[in-house]
Amino acid sequence: MELINFLVALGVAVAMAIMLARLFVGPTLYDRVLAMNSFGTKTVLFLLVFSAIAGRQDAIDIALLYALINFVATVAILKFFRYRSLEIALAQMSLRKALDGEYEK
Amino acid sequence: MNWGEIVHYALYAVSVGSMALGLVFVIAGATGVMRLPDFYTRMHAAGVTDTMGAELIIMGLILQAPDWQTVAKLLLAGLLLFLTSPTATHAIANAAHRAGHKPRLSRFHPPHPSEAGKGEGQ
Repeated sequence: MELINFLVALGVAVAMAIMLARLFVGPTLYDRVLAMNSFGTKTVLFLLVFSAIAGRQDAIDIALLYALINFVATVAILKFFRYRSLEIALAQMSLRKALDGEYEK
Repeated sequence: MNWGEIVHYALYAVSVGSMALGLVFVIAGATGVMRLPDFYTRMHAAGVTDTMGAELIIMGLILQAPDWQTVAKLLLAGLLLFLTSPTATHAIANAAHRAGHKPRLSRFHPPHPSEAGKGEGQ
């Protein structure tokens, strides 16, 4: 039980290193955003396995918080690079269409 | 060997198998993100990791959890990952598509039916 937890933690750490490499060499912005999102998911997995290895229950709470923050950060980065502003409500469809027409010429 | 020990070893075996399979998915997804030629194919590889690998590893951790509070929190973490990571992948794909990224199709096209059996179709 301890051995498989350690092996999974090691494999997830290797996958995190690969994601970090893609984050630095990624040719486009969306490659980097994708690598960051996947890196956050793997961080959540690593925290869960770490809580099982070290016997610390509070790491699961940190993993929950990290999953939510990762999702919000990904959507915020995509929104910023699409509209060049974070102040626009995504529900205002008319303003979205106007800004799409303005920025996507 | 009574039934308690049999159930204990069965849970052990299922937990180890599930975590090993999840680790295989995670490593395969990371290799795909590093190796595949296109943004959309890389996103496919990352999606494999984020759903299947994460859920299998969390299921293996649930099976070896010591108490019910840990099981509840692991289930909540699995549910959050299961809801948010396909949504985030869809948002990235939608943003890349709206920004004008085209999938790379000219290198790995399938062979024409008249040339079937003559080569790799490059």
